[in-house]
Amino acid sequence: MSTTILIWSLMASQLMLVAAMACSAYRILTGPRAQDRVLGVDALYVCGMLLLLTFGIRSGSTIYFEAALIIALLGFVSTAALAKFLMRGEVIE
Amino acid sequence: MNGLEDLPAWAALLVAFLLLLGSGLTLLGTIGLARFKTFYERVHAPTLGTTGGAGAILIASMLFFSVLQSRPVLHEVLITVFVVVTTPVTLMLLARAAIYRDRTEGTGGASGLPGDEGVNDGEHTGRE
Amino acid sequence: MSRFLPYPLLTASLLVMWLLLNSVSLGHILLGSIIAIAASWAMAALQPDKPRIRNWHLIPVLIGKVLVDIFRSNVAVSGLILKGDRARRTPGFVVIPLTLRDRTALAILACIITATPGTAWVEYHADNGRLLIHVLDLVDRDAWIELIQTRYERLLREIFE
Repeated sequence: MSTTILIWSLMASQLMLVAAMACSAYRILTGPRAQDRVLGVDALYVCGMLLLLTFGIRSGSTIYFEAALIIALLGFVSTAALAKFLMRGEVIE
Repeated sequence: MNGLEDLPAWAALLVAFLLLLGSGLTLLGTIGLARFKTFYERVHAPTLGTTGGAGAILIASMLFFSVLQSRPVLHEVLITVFVVVTTPVTLMLLARAAIYRDRTEGTGGASGLPGDEGVNDGEHTGRE
Repeated sequence: MSRFLPYPLLTASLLVMWLLLNSVSLGHILLGSIIAIAASWAMAALQPDKPRIRNWHLIPVLIGKVLVDIFRSNVAVSGLILKGDRARRTPGFVVIPLTLRDRTALAILACIITATPGTAWVEYHADNGRLLIHVLDLVDRDAWIELIQTRYERLLREIFE
C-alpha cells in the first residue's frame, strides 16, 4: 500500500518538475529581455537537478547524486558568467 | 523498482509527502516566473524552488537512502549547502546586471526604479 | 597553529566535505586531511580577509531565525502566486540605511535577504551604507526597514563586530 503511494507520488512529483522545467523554458524562449532568459536558465537547471534526485530515489541508486552535484556546480558557474556578461559585456576582464 | 518495497510504511509516506511538497513548491515558483510581469518580480520566483523545493526533495532523498541502507547517508547536505550559498549569489548578480542595464538605457522599468544615487561613484564608469 | 592551519574553519569544512563524498574510514580521514590542509595553504597565498567571529553562540540563533523566515515567506509567496492577478500586489524598492560595515557580515546578510523568497538584494553602496532591496509585496515601507535592521543587522553586528 505505502509502496504504491510512494511510486505514484514519485511519478506525480516528476511530472510537476517537468512542468516546472516547461515554465522555465517558456521564460527562456519569450524573454522579453536577456536577464529574463538568464533567470529562466537558472530556474531550469535547479529543476533539472531536482528531477535527477527523484530519479535517484526511484532507481534506488546513489549514482544520480553525483550528476545532480555536477549540474548544480556547472549551473552556478554558467549563470554567474552570464550575469557578468550582461553587466560588462565580457566575461573575463 | 529496486528497494522501494523494502521501505517501511512510515518512511515511504514521509518521503512521498516531502517529494510532493518539494516539487509542488518548485512548480509554483516557476509558474510565478512565467506569470509575473516585470523582471524584478520574477527574481523572487526561483528562490521558492531553491529553498523550499530543493530543501524538501533533498531531505526526502536523505531519508530514503538512510532508511534503505540503515546508515546515515548525508551527502545530499552538500547539494543543500551548495544551492543555498550559490543561488543568492547568481540572483544578486542578475539583479545588479538588470538594474545597471535599465539605468544605462534609461527605460526605468514599470515599477518605479529609484534614481541612480551613488551609482556614478566610479564603480561602473571605469570603462567609459 | 596559525602557520600550520591558517584557516581552521575552511580546513575542517573541506575535510567534512571529503568524508561526505567518500566513506568514513581511516584512509579517507588521512587523505582528506592532507587535501584540506594543502587547500588552506593555497588559500593563504591568496590572502583573503579573515572574518573574525566574536559570538559563536549566536550563530545557531541566526540559523534558526533564517529557517523560520524562509519557511514563512515560502508560504507567503506561494499564496501570492496562487492568487495570481486577482490579488493586489504592490512590488517596490526599499532603501535601507545600514550601519553594518563588516564585509563578511554584509555577504551573509545578502545571502539571507536573497534566499528568502519575497525579498531580493539589488544594490549596496559602500560609501554611504545604503542598501537597495526589492520586495515582492510591499505593504509598509518602514516595517521592512525596521525588520531588516532589528531582526538581522543587530544580530550580525553582535556576531561579527
